[in-house]
Order: sequence, then structure tokens, then C-alpha cells
Amino acid sequence: MTEKKNKNIFDAIWDIFASVKTAVVIFALISLSSIVGTIIEQQADPEKNIKVLSKMFGLSHDAGHSVLGVLDKLGFTDMYHSWWFLMFLLLFAANLIICSLDRLPRVWKLVQEKIRPVPADYIEKMSVKSSVTLKGKPAGIKEKIVAAMTSIGFRPLESAEGQAVQFYAEHGNYTRLGVYIVHLSILIILAGAILGIFLGYNAFLNLPEGETSSVAYQDRGVEVPLGFELRCDNFEVEYYPNTETPKTYKSWLTVLKNGKEVMSKPIVVNDPLKFEGVTFYQSSFGLHPDGLGKGVVIVKASSKDGKAEQLNLKVGDKFSIPGTAVEGHVRDFSPALSFDENGKAFTFAEQMVNPAIFVDFSDKGVQKYSGWLLKRFPKTWDLPDGNRVEFLDLWGVQYTGMQVRKDPGVVIVYLGCIIMAVGLYMTFFMSHRRVWVSLAEEKNSVKVIIGASANRNRATLERRVEKLVTLLQAEQKGGK
Amino acid sequence: MKSSFFFGFATITYFVAMMLYISYLAFRKSGIGMVATTITIVGFVSQSLALLLRWAEFAELGQMGWLRAVPLTNLYESLVFFVWCLIAVYLIIEFKYKNKSFGAFITPVAALALAFIDLSGMSKNIQPLVPALQSNWLLAHVMMSFIAYALFAVSFSTGLMYLIVRSEEKNEASYIFWTVTLGIFVATLAAMGLDFLTFKVAFMGKQELIKSYLFKASFRSESSAVVAFSYAATAGLTFVIWRFGGLLRKIITSFNISSEMLDDLTYKSIAIGFPIFTLGGLIFGAIWADQAWGKYWTWDPKETWSLITWFMYAFFLHSRLMRGWKGRKVAAVAVLGFIAVIFTYLGVNLLLSGLHSYGGQ
Repeated sequence: MTEKKNKNIFDAIWDIFASVKTAVVIFALISLSSIVGTIIEQQADPEKNIKVLSKMFGLSHDAGHSVLGVLDKLGFTDMYHSWWFLMFLLLFAANLIICSLDRLPRVWKLVQEKIRPVPADYIEKMSVKSSVTLKGKPAGIKEKIVAAMTSIGFRPLESAEGQAVQFYAEHGNYTRLGVYIVHLSILIILAGAILGIFLGYNAFLNLPEGETSSVAYQDRGVEVPLGFELRCDNFEVEYYPNTETPKTYKSWLTVLKNGKEVMSKPIVVNDPLKFEGVTFYQSSFGLHPDGLGKGVVIVKASSKDGKAEQLNLKVGDKFSIPGTAVEGHVRDFSPALSFDENGKAFTFAEQMVNPAIFVDFSDKGVQKYSGWLLKRFPKTWDLPDGNRVEFLDLWGVQYTGMQVRKDPGVVIVYLGCIIMAVGLYMTFFMSHRRVWVSLAEEKNSVKVIIGASANRNRATLERRVEKLVTLLQAEQKGGK
Repeated sequence: MKSSFFFGFATITYFVAMMLYISYLAFRKSGIGMVATTITIVGFVSQSLALLLRWAEFAELGQMGWLRAVPLTNLYESLVFFVWCLIAVYLIIEFKYKNKSFGAFITPVAALALAFIDLSGMSKNIQPLVPALQSNWLLAHVMMSFIAYALFAVSFSTGLMYLIVRSEEKNEASYIFWTVTLGIFVATLAAMGLDFLTFKVAFMGKQELIKSYLFKASFRSESSAVVAFSYAATAGLTFVIWRFGGLLRKIITSFNISSEMLDDLTYKSIAIGFPIFTLGGLIFGAIWADQAWGKYWTWDPKETWSLITWFMYAFFLHSRLMRGWKGRKVAAVAVLGFIAVIFTYLGVNLLLSGLHSYGGQ
């Protein structure tokens, strides 16, 4: 008795989840709550969202504050990680599983079912049909029909019932499963995402040039051990000529394990470094908090007559141009130098957009000239006396900002994507096609009756049947 | 700019084709129809040439190879490509269905879109690619998304036309649905036109992007009287469409367009658009995001809205195939689906970009 009751409850739940209506409700829940999530900026500074609320709904600051407070309690400020949003996704998965399982047995039967010959009057009722009359006896044209059917992509079987001969063939029964493959792929992707949440992490690492780190950082400064060490050998930004638009930013990284160098690779945006399941993505860059304190400017000083020397300089350093009595004194450094209307130099950005050094030059102790040398403007490297100081590089001044991720689920997500592509192709561009060709003997001739059906894309099948008829007619003409 | 000549030529051609298609419908002379089709093809070839030239210019400037120089990196280029896809889809439909009647609806959209782009002063400059966009996925992801958008646009128009043809009583839900949708659609376009007139023509030289003045001349005006009037005008316009909707039905039916054909076209364009959108828009987008930022899905507004769009069309397909819904119900879903598409493409960029920036870096 109780067993029966349990079964009823189970059935009722099953029926709820198997219905398309439930699917629509879940679609709507996910969509509507997501819309709220696109308006309220996620994991953001509250002030930002109060501004958004007052701009969109004309609320005062205080009203906006209290509305945001309510939304925050409900989890809308970080809704994609809230328990109820995850529950929506799980409901979606459950709905998908039960909907598919509910319908799969029937579809599986259709897939398994072998095509059988049908009575001639069935063919008359089919959605795609055609007929052609050929001269000769049935026995004589059988071969032609087999050949013609093979050339339109079917492998016909033959049956004889009494007087009538019938050929029949089918193609693509399994494509009926396409939809379920797509459903499965969604579940695989969701499984991969869940695996990633539990076994992986997302972190970041700002690594100055020349420094090494064995940890990355999550929100609120939580350290994540990498299991190895990473060193930033160099970092560089390249700009499009005459613009402040960056073309590439590139970090040269080296992986160290137990003190030994095991891997070296330059990374750029769209081309990360992977080691032991941890991936480092180039994401940002910035200036070392100490400014030029720790770093050096690398210049190549050369004299008129071609004597050259490469030098590493800091602010305050003095150097001489080889073979001459000219001496330079590095006075200042700017990460982003520009000039105002009066020609006065000023630093316009914190980033290393246009690095420059200010150098005083003297000859035999006599002050001669001073000026800014800019890394991106080689014209500034030529000194009035014909000597030259090339600004080659800056080192140890910048840090590279990297997104650090470990996600063992990502392989599964990719697998799901591939399966989805296959399933979509099967669902939308293939179909289960069946063809019957019946031969009815008439006086000195044979009437060939063709019937066909497809579960979708009927137009393609119609064209194939047309081709079959043309082939048979051509055979006839050739035979005369 | 060699490409701009061909773009201009294509715009003019589409205008000529539009007039020819309309006169073809009026006079039913097959000769006019032939000329209209030929002119459209000429315009299409010219636009294709313009796209290729711009591609070449971009490749020369960027020096990063052809794959990374797709002219699809800003609003201007994407709208142009959208028009190109729309004309391509239209030509396919014309040849497959041997029906030129749709030409009178599609060519004006193409011509007006190109003219709007031209007049709005959208930046046409080739902008160098920022590092995040330098990926071979750009070509596949953006191009497939836009092909899908064009197909969805077709399903929107055929779906709306289906509703117009099949709703006879003024108090039917489907009649009210299509009149309100069309009313809001036309009002939005008119509001954008008004923005353009007041801010681009009256205050020449404003080089700001549309988002800074979108609806500022109507729904988002400083003066509350203008705002109230805008809403009243929208309501009035909707009422006029509602009152005289029957006329529109008569016009469409006289164009030799059957409701079965409209239903079939709506389904087919979604059945092709949906897998292209899933693969190119969602999957390729996720793979690219994974490679560039280390996160294949971040629930950012653009991604979320694509997912909502995807749900809409998934619902369309399921209701049609599983529940056997036919006719007006599914047509309404197709219409709503495209509204989600517009929001994914333009709304997120124009309305939400002030609040969020897409792309992270």
C-alpha cells in the first residue's frame, strides 16, 4: 500500500519535471533573474550600484541605499554564486535529464526499428512520392533501380510479395538521437563547471620584473600555493606607432621547480603559459610601487666615431660616453612624459606609457646641455654634439599582472562543447530518411512507384527522389 | 579610403533596388522584378568588394595577417556586415522560393541602415586591435554571430508578418501583440532618428558615440514634458497601427505571400540560425574567453543576454517540434526572440556599457 503511494509521488514529481511547461518556468526563472544580474553590477562597490539604481529608477541616494541593502540580502549583488541561482541551474539539469529520459525509450525504439516493406497503397499516402513507367520486365530493371538508389545514397534491400517486387532502404536512423546528444552535452558542460568550482581556483599574481613567487592571490589576499615557483624575467609593452593604444603586452616567464629552471615561455594576451594544470594569463600591468627605486634603465652610449658601450643606470648615476670626455648625469625619471602648451614636461599617467629619463651632460666638467631621452622616440637619442644615447630598455620597474587559474573541469567543458556541436549538426542538418520503391508489372512495361519519408528537412529528400527519377529515366533512354 | 566608394555605391544601389521592388509589387511586371534583382546583386557585389577592400586596408595597417584583420571590430563595421548578411539571406530566399515580394521589405532596411551609419557620423576609422581582440577566434566568433543575427532578423520579420496576416479581430491577443510590438519598434527607431536630428544636425560637430545621447531627445530628455509627450506619442502611434492594422494585412496578402510560406521561413531561418549562434556565438565565444582571460563564462552582461537569447530560440524550437505548436504562438516567440537579439547586440553596448565595460581589459 505504502509502496504504491510512494510510487505515485515519484510519478507525480517525474511528470512535473518531464513537462515542457516546467522547462519554460525554469528558463524564465534563469532569464529574469539574470536580467537583474546584468543591471546590478556583480561583486561591485555598493556606491556604484546605488548610482545605477538612482539613474534608472530615479531613486534618491538613501532610497537607493536601502533598496540595494534588500537586494544584497537576497544575494543579487553576487547572484551567480548565490544558492538560489545554483538551485535554478540544478533544476534546469534535473528537468533536462528527466525530459530526455521520459522520451528516450520511444525514440530509441524508432532508431532500432528496421525498415520493412509496405503495401503499395501505403506509398500513395506518403508525403514525398513519385512514379515513373519503364519499358521491360521487372527482372530486367531491378539492377538499374539498385544502382540508382545506391547513387542517391541508399543501400536497398529487396522483398517480393506475390507479384510485386519492392526495394526499401533507410538512412540516418541514429540522427533521431541528435537532440538527446545536445541535452547530454549541456549536462557534461554543467558537470565540468561544477568540477571546476570544487577542484579549481581563480587567482591573480602581480609579479615585478626579476622577482619570483611561489603563491598566487585570491580575493581578500588569500594565498594559494602554486606548487612551483614562477619568475618574471622581463615585461614589455609595445604601442601602435604615434598612439597610446597598446599593441601587445608580453611577459617572459620562467618556471622553477626545486630551484631548477624547467620551463621558459613569453606570454601575451590570448597566449597563456600552462604548467602542472595551472595557467597564467597575461591580463594587466603596472608600475612597481617603488618607482625606479629598484629598477634600472638600460642605455647604449656611443660616440661620434662609433665606440659604444651598454650601461645600466639608476636615477643619480653618472656615466661617460666612451672615447670622449662627455659625461651624463641621470637626474629624473618619468613613466609617461608629455609636454604642456608652454613646453614644460609633466607626467600624465601612472602607467609606463612613455618612459623617459632626464640627463644633464657636461664636457670636461663644463655643463653643456640637458634634456629628456624618450624610449619611444629615437629622435631624442641624438645629442647636439653628434654623440648618441640609445634608450634600450627599462628593467625591474614594472610588474606584470596575471590571471592564475587551475580548472580541471575545463577539459570536460570543452568535451561537452564538441559533443554539442556534433549533436546540433545531427539535429538540424541531418534526418532519418526512408525510401520505398515498388515495381508493378504492366503490359510490356513496369510502373515504378516511389515513396519516401523524412522526420525533417523534407525538401532535401524531395530533391533526392527527383534525382532518382531522372536517373531511371536516363537509363531508359540509354537502353533504347 | 578606397572601400568607402564601394560602400556609397552599394547604399545608392539598395535605394534604387528598393524603389524597383516596390514598383514591381505595384505593377507586377516581371521585367521590373528582373531589374530589381539584378540591381540588388550589383549592390551586393559592390558591398562585398568594399568589405574585402576594407579587410585589405586593415591587414595592411595591423600587420598581423588576414585572420586577425577582420573588419568586424566596431559598431560601424558590424552594422555593415549585418546588412551584407541580410542581403545575402534575402537573395537566397528569393532564389529558393522564387518570390520577389520580400525585396520590398528587405532592401529598405538595408538602404536605411547603411544611410543611417553614414549620417550618424559613427567612427569609420580603422582602429588598431587592442591585445584582447588579437585572436584567430575573432573571425569565426564574430562572423558566425552576425550570420545568426541576420537569420534571426529574417525570422523576426516573417514572424511579425505572419501575425499580421493571421490576426483578423482587433481584440485578439495576437493582433494586440503585433500592433504593440510594431508600435514600440517604430517609436524606438523614430526616437533614434530624432536623437540624430537634434544632436548631430542641430549641434554639429559632436563626436560622441550614440550611447551618450541615445533617447536624450525623447524618452530620456531633461524636460519632463518632452518625456511625457514621447510616451504619449508612442501610445498614439501604437493606437493608429492598431486601428488601421487591417490595411497592412491586406497589403501583405495582396503581395502573394502566403502564411504557410511565412511560417516555413520563420522556422527555417531559426533552424539554421540557432546552431550557428550556439557554435559561433556561445561555444567559440567561451573558448576565446577561456584563452584570453582564463574564464570561459563570467556571467557578464553580454554573455548573460546571449544565454537569454539562446533560451528564447531553444523554447521556440521545442514548442514547435515537441508540442507541435504552429502558427501564431510560435511566431510570437520568434518576434520576442529577436528583441532579445537586439538587446544582446545593441542594448548591452549602448545602455549597459555606461555601467559595465565588456571585455575586462
